[in-house]
Amino acid sequence: MSLQSVLSHTWLIPFLPFLAFALIGLLFHRWPKFSALLSILAIAGSFVLSVMAAFIVFTGPNDAVFEVAARWLDMPGLRVDMGLLVDPLTAVMLVVVTTVALLVQIYSLGYMHGDPGLASYYSFQSLFAGSMLGLVISNNFGQMFVFWELVGICSYLLIGFWFGRDSAKEAAKKAFITNRVGDFGFLLGILFLQIVFGTLNFNELAGQVAGYSNAAVLITISVLLLFGPMGKSAQFPLHVWLPDAMEGPTPVSALIHAATMVAAGVYLLARASFIFSSSAETMTLIAVVGGFTALFAASIALVQNDIKRILAYSTLSQLGYMVMAMGIGAMTAGMFHLMTHAFFKSLLFLGAGSVIHAMADEQNIWKMGNLNKKMPATTWTFVIGALALAGIPPLSGFWSKDEILLGAFAGGHTGLYILGSLVAFMTAFYMFRLIFVAFFGSNHGGEKAHESPAVMTVPLVILAILAVVAGFVNTPLMGNIFGHYISAPNAVHHEPSMSIMIISSLIALAGICLAWLIYQKQVISHEALKERFSAIYQVLYNKFYIDEFYALLIKYCVDGTAKVLEWFDLKVVNGAVNGLAYLTGRSGYGLKYTENGQVQTYAVYMYAGIVVLLISALCAVFTVLA
Amino acid sequence: MIGFTHYLIFATLLFGIGLFGVLAKRSAVAVLMSVELMLNAVNINFVAISKYIVPNAGVGQLFALFVIVVAAAEVAVGLALIINIFRQKKSVDLHDFNLLKW
Amino acid sequence: MNIGFADVAFILIAGFTLLTALGVVLLRNIVHSAIMLVFSFLGVAGIYFTLNAGFLGLVQIMVYAGAISVLIIFAIMLVMKDDPEKTNLPSPNIPNILSGGYLTALLVAALVGSIWFTKFPVKVVPASGDDLGILANLMLGDYVVPFEAAAVLLLVAVVGAIILAKGADQK
Repeated sequence: MSLQSVLSHTWLIPFLPFLAFALIGLLFHRWPKFSALLSILAIAGSFVLSVMAAFIVFTGPNDAVFEVAARWLDMPGLRVDMGLLVDPLTAVMLVVVTTVALLVQIYSLGYMHGDPGLASYYSFQSLFAGSMLGLVISNNFGQMFVFWELVGICSYLLIGFWFGRDSAKEAAKKAFITNRVGDFGFLLGILFLQIVFGTLNFNELAGQVAGYSNAAVLITISVLLLFGPMGKSAQFPLHVWLPDAMEGPTPVSALIHAATMVAAGVYLLARASFIFSSSAETMTLIAVVGGFTALFAASIALVQNDIKRILAYSTLSQLGYMVMAMGIGAMTAGMFHLMTHAFFKSLLFLGAGSVIHAMADEQNIWKMGNLNKKMPATTWTFVIGALALAGIPPLSGFWSKDEILLGAFAGGHTGLYILGSLVAFMTAFYMFRLIFVAFFGSNHGGEKAHESPAVMTVPLVILAILAVVAGFVNTPLMGNIFGHYISAPNAVHHEPSMSIMIISSLIALAGICLAWLIYQKQVISHEALKERFSAIYQVLYNKFYIDEFYALLIKYCVDGTAKVLEWFDLKVVNGAVNGLAYLTGRSGYGLKYTENGQVQTYAVYMYAGIVVLLISALCAVFTVLA
Repeated sequence: MIGFTHYLIFATLLFGIGLFGVLAKRSAVAVLMSVELMLNAVNINFVAISKYIVPNAGVGQLFALFVIVVAAAEVAVGLALIINIFRQKKSVDLHDFNLLKW
Repeated sequence: MNIGFADVAFILIAGFTLLTALGVVLLRNIVHSAIMLVFSFLGVAGIYFTLNAGFLGLVQIMVYAGAISVLIIFAIMLVMKDDPEKTNLPSPNIPNILSGGYLTALLVAALVGSIWFTKFPVKVVPASGDDLGILANLMLGDYVVPFEAAAVLLLVAVVGAIILAKGADQK
């Protein structure tokens, strides 16, 4: 099979899951097991195609880009294509998304076993896979936005999957609405792009933006476009939906809210980097937002007690890392971290799911304990995932996180480097707090548990292997292969610095040690710490009261605006209409006296008209003659 | 010395007097009499034009003749109507005939 | 200025006609108004004579002053029920009178002004004395249809007046 023929079939990659969704939804929803099989086959097919496509892209010439497009909408001033773009960036995303999606769907066979909505669950999973793949394969902003919204819908559907629960319904709404706020800004940015540049195609825009000089316009567009990733990748202040999204089934959290959908924002930052990098102010903004989110989320994660919440805040924090990397121009590092994070975070979530499944839906880590005795496979894969997340060499997380820190330090952003290191310390600390309390430690809640079935543990093992080896594609020892393919147009290649690597490893180890001391050895009592820093503890535990603040804001702003508009509608609009009627009535009252039934009055009216006509005719005639 | 314009002006004045009578009298019969004045003024116009603008053509006089015929018919019918109304309303005051008012 | 006999005649007759017309409109007693109306018809007939429309003048006297005036006086007699002095009062609607007067003045002024300043294509041709012959030729020649129609109109008017004046069926 030749190069072109495989690449020309890349449209199948998103199409197969969409087909599965349609078939399950329309025909097969009464047979859950068959639906599941169909969905898994579709995603497996996409996986195979993605790997083949990636192979072709990476073994081809360095700047091979495959694009095909069909005209969809052609009006003067607006041209929207449907097209595919396959370049190294796309290829990486395709492989990551299909791998994680396939493993999650296999895992779900065990986790969602016996759930009455299994068929619709798999149809939603397929829909999501198709939308996400369509998003990364789009060649223009318009099509991408369509898929962007589609993944938002899938998130809503899957978060609120157990719709019998009020909390799930609320969480789904919150996710969708917060995303919508971000998407609004994103759409404005896209419209601006269309107005200013006349095209939405990525490659064409790249060429045009390079020569464009109006800085104010570029800043506006890039900030507006930034709203998309802020919503989708849950950056501050639109982060509020991600923790609540944990109401969905755990495989959903693994797939969507750890590995793929939230990564769509980072992907956009990479894909549209030519726009963002055209304005230094926006890049600074991106870096600051990312860094702040990282610190903010990590600090909240320190005190959470729900296993999924901890992982959710961890995701927020790592997304902040990725966004920060994009902001300092280290696109390679950001995408690399996206890839490694997808693997180990989904591993962690699936492991958590395994634990929850075994503990009969208990999610509080203090009610667990000593799980390692009964669930060795889950425990040790989870530990591998946590080590990767903490950034211990030679696991993948170390290489990617180190690359980001290197980029920050060597690029002169010392503040961000320190922030990043601090967050690394906190990350290691809270992850191992979780591990020591839930898997080891002195509680005995976990001893009633039993190991999960193979269909759940095999994906865990596969992901663990990936979490270990995925980092080697971009280590300095192997020549930074990843960086050759995926880098910003004018990226600066920093020399790997031994000192940075050693420092970051030490920081991670320090975090683990502290956690060990407090939670395993209990040399320092966490209760006493809680007492001493009770004010800070309260603020962190309550997530900085952001949710309450938003509720207040909505109450005052939205309701207040609604009240003003209601007044306007009742008094002004109604008043105008009623006033018109009133005027007509009153003038009728007044004018009725002209109809007095007297013939002579009517004769006067008629003659008045005649005299007016006559005099005007005479005037016209005489002015013409004169 | 007396020319065409004098006749026209005279006819206009007569017409104006008749018009004022139509608009400002109370009795229906008086209004009819004023209408007759207006018709006469118009007739004078026709005949004057017939003499000064198209002499010896006689069409103006013919038309005036027809106007007299029609005026006669109109007076007859109009007075019959007034008599009929008088029988019903016992009055020929135009201000009593206001059934079409608001 | 050559004031000929015709001019004096016109001025006298026109003045007389206008005065009597004013009398028709301004007098309070309707019988007096009717008498004034007769005199004004006679004045108009005189004007016709000065315009060399002798036949028309005679017709005016016969029809208007003779028949129509009598008809009007009969009608006045039939509808008189009050004090004769109060039969021809002006309308009580003062705004009506004022606006009517204003309109009339305006109309007359406009027309008079436009007439005075217009150059009419006046042809001065000695009149043929045979205005009756000309009229007859026209009436029974080119305009015979209107002539017959006028006759029918008169018939219809007479019949209609009779029916109207007779009133509704008395049971």
